[in-house]
Amino acid sequence: MAELVTLTIDGAQVQAEKGALLIDVCKARGIEIPAFCYYEGLALQAACRMCLVEVEKMPKLQPGCTLPVAEGMVVKTDTPVIHEARKSMLEFLLANHPLDCPVCDKGGECELQDMTFRYGLGESRFLENKHHVDEQQWSPVVFFDRPRCILCYRCVRICDEGVGVDALGVVQRGVVSAIAPSHGDHLECDECGMCIDICPVGALTSGMYRYKTRPWEMNHVGTICTHCSNGCKTTLGVRGGQVIRANNRDHSGINGEFLCVKGRFGWDFVNSTERAQSPMLRTNGRLEPVSWSRALMTVARKLNEVKQRGGRVGFIASNHTSNEENYYLQKLARQGLRSNNIDHHRTGDVVTLIDALAGRTDALATVADLYAAKASLVIASDLAQQQPLLHFQLRANWRHHRSRTYVVTPGPVRERKFAVKSLHAEPGRELDAVESLRDDLSKEPELVILFGDAIQGDAVRRLVAFGDSLGIPVKYVCLLDYSNSRGAIDMGLAPGLLPGYRPVAEAGLEPGMTIAEMLADASLDVLWVVGANPLRNARLAAENAFVVVNEMFLAETAQRADVIFPAASAYEKEGTVTNVCGEVQSLKKALKVMGAKTDLEIFGLVAAEMGIDLGPFQPGAVFEEIRREVRGYNVSLPVIATGGAAQSVPLNGRVPALTRAELIQSARDTLFTSGTLGRYSKNLTSVLEHPGKLYASGIETP
Amino acid sequence: MTFSAELEARFAKMMQSYPPGRERSALVPMLLYAQDEIGHVSEALILEVAARLNISRLDVDEVIGYYSMLHKRPLGKYHVQVCTNISCLLAGGEQLLEHAKKSLGIGHKEVTPDGQFSLEEVECMGACCWAPALEINYDFHHFVTPEKLDQLIASLEKVQ
Ligand code: SF4
Ligand code: SF4
Ligand code: SF4
Ligand code: FES
Ligand code: FES
Repeated sequence: MAELVTLTIDGAQVQAEKGALLIDVCKARGIEIPAFCYYEGLALQAACRMCLVEVEKMPKLQPGCTLPVAEGMVVKTDTPVIHEARKSMLEFLLANHPLDCPVCDKGGECELQDMTFRYGLGESRFLENKHHVDEQQWSPVVFFDRPRCILCYRCVRICDEGVGVDALGVVQRGVVSAIAPSHGDHLECDECGMCIDICPVGALTSGMYRYKTRPWEMNHVGTICTHCSNGCKTTLGVRGGQVIRANNRDHSGINGEFLCVKGRFGWDFVNSTERAQSPMLRTNGRLEPVSWSRALMTVARKLNEVKQRGGRVGFIASNHTSNEENYYLQKLARQGLRSNNIDHHRTGDVVTLIDALAGRTDALATVADLYAAKASLVIASDLAQQQPLLHFQLRANWRHHRSRTYVVTPGPVRERKFAVKSLHAEPGRELDAVESLRDDLSKEPELVILFGDAIQGDAVRRLVAFGDSLGIPVKYVCLLDYSNSRGAIDMGLAPGLLPGYRPVAEAGLEPGMTIAEMLADASLDVLWVVGANPLRNARLAAENAFVVVNEMFLAETAQRADVIFPAASAYEKEGTVTNVCGEVQSLKKALKVMGAKTDLEIFGLVAAEMGIDLGPFQPGAVFEEIRREVRGYNVSLPVIATGGAAQSVPLNGRVPALTRAELIQSARDTLFTSGTLGRYSKNLTSVLEHPGKLYASGIETP
Repeated sequence: MTFSAELEARFAKMMQSYPPGRERSALVPMLLYAQDEIGHVSEALILEVAARLNISRLDVDEVIGYYSMLHKRPLGKYHVQVCTNISCLLAGGEQLLEHAKKSLGIGHKEVTPDGQFSLEEVECMGACCWAPALEINYDFHHFVTPEKLDQLIASLEKVQ
């Protein structure tokens, strides 16, 4: 327990931890000390002097943001002298400020506006012309309007300390000091937009959002990013049926304020002109637009016909669809068509991990654990590129708690900047390198191990045995690529596993075909591909197979389709998704795109047309069924319903090993790519850094 | 980029003078000594120093912009720095600066066409007791009058 001191704030006796910052102590007591440069979690700057307070026995006003509280201190935060000081600070800040609030992006959300309204003088004594500098474009996503800048250094610190890129600095001094980008006149960086978001004024603005709207004209919808498996909460700003912004300024969710370039800017695929907006049916060899009812009826009839004659049907499912859609699809396959030919592109070997843990319910780490754990070990992943939020968490843990990170990778990664040990390991030799860390690791009080797709099958078992032998508490994260990769395997989109990792034998079924087997099966009658693109680099052997595709974009697989159902994206539906750490969160529908339907509706309508009763196809009802039926998914409804994350615990014992060889392979997306979605995001493909490269950190230092 | 053997030796010593991991503290002295040798802080020098200290070029730019004695453009062979801060101002520093401008035919931060002289108005150099003061390269000159300044210039012109 930390030592307490007693001090007086505005006449009241207050107890606080010795050394705590006055600004924090005041905040906890509901006393606002206005501040610009102070920012929780970042290094202290004391640059803006907005936070001045009076302290007895100290001759001058003191900045509350850097003043540690001490025994007997007598502080006043609300006196005429302080009011004057605040007025003067604001008067100076506004001396060269353009006051173009009526057109500024930040108008209505601006901290300078709010402070001026609350603490400002209301008039200025400066009559001189304002110093003007033209707006600069630093990258497709970052613009800088220098006269608006109040030099609070927040952007500099978030980029350096938070993101670890250090692409912004301050050049010159005095009245001409200015924020400057890494490469003279432009930025080469992560393009994450964290700097834009943290800017209290409209000095840093985004290429996608600037001069598009007034903030109050948007609807703000809190949902989950659909790009990678980390599951960041994002607030979409929607106006007139278009997404125009994404951020997380309310710091809700597992990611706080963090979003990477994909989450913050990669939403424009939603409104892409290339979106499929009408069902298509192949007629005389050509895909022609048809009505929804015609398309649905055609597929239902085809499936019934094949079912009756005992034909072969396969399903290749998605890494992006919701848990409800996944669950419903496997019901359609298994109950509706008695087929276990259902699979998805697996990017990490969660199944073996869960088997190896054999029922331990406390061995799967959450995103929050990565910020709290005393030590962590990263194996075979370029985290900053492939798992941006997880990297951010590890970095923040190191910054705030001096946590210890170990890295075993085939090439340089950004964690090497703060890791206590980084080892190079050729693919296949990772566990040897891990073994050489045994002495170090066993001295740690606890450990989180994150591992990529290079560790699969038996290697996962050996890794868990290694963890067990350290004699310390160890938790694991099996790294996955896509927004619902985890939900796909949890919901049984696998030929040998039912939802909740129950082997199909429990339902008296034989394991079905894997993706590779389906593609190679020359006698396949129907292949239904949902939100996946298996034909991008593979061939379908069954030349006469009837191919159904649910898709947003007419990529390679859709070109081979007989029926195409235009599908809604994650931003256009309700439901839940499960992130890489098994945390379940809910999607909120932000908009509707003309012509598209959710995959759940499509499955439900086809099932209904086929005359099979699979239960209601409303997300809420299906989620209820999942909570009842899928082991580990009995998660707290209030947590999910209020936008929280609840970890599922799919660990009730062993998963009998899958007998078939199944291909597990990471998509190796970088920070700037995101499968098919990324290809159709102009925002992502427009940045200089696209497409990016894995294991190239360190080479980039300018 | 290569430096003289003396400068290299100096750098090597400097790198040892700071605690491990704090080598970037050598940034300012490195730039100053290299500037003395090369004449100004060139683009190549910025990149070289950044690489040697393992920092970004922006980190170097931040420091150059902050310290007025680091120059990104070549100076004259003789860099005349006239103080106009308070003590010198009271003792005629401003007039001295105006005179220097006229005599040399150049303004603040400018260089004569022959590259012999450059002029800069500077802040207090800690020579207030002997105001007005000026500095030519690293040499101080005290109680300077316009006449004394002209003599100085003339004597340096002869040096070539
Ligand atoms: S976009 Fe991100 S990486 Fe680039 S300068 Fe801003 S904070 Fe730094
Ligand atoms: S650009 Fe914004 S965040 Fe950066 S220093 Fe200026 S006001 Fe602060
Ligand atoms: S880290 Fe992943 S989930 Fe988070 S914003 Fe980036 S792509 Fe989206
Ligand atoms: S908040 Fe204290 S100086 Fe800026
Ligand atoms: S004021 Fe000129 S040297 Fe001090």
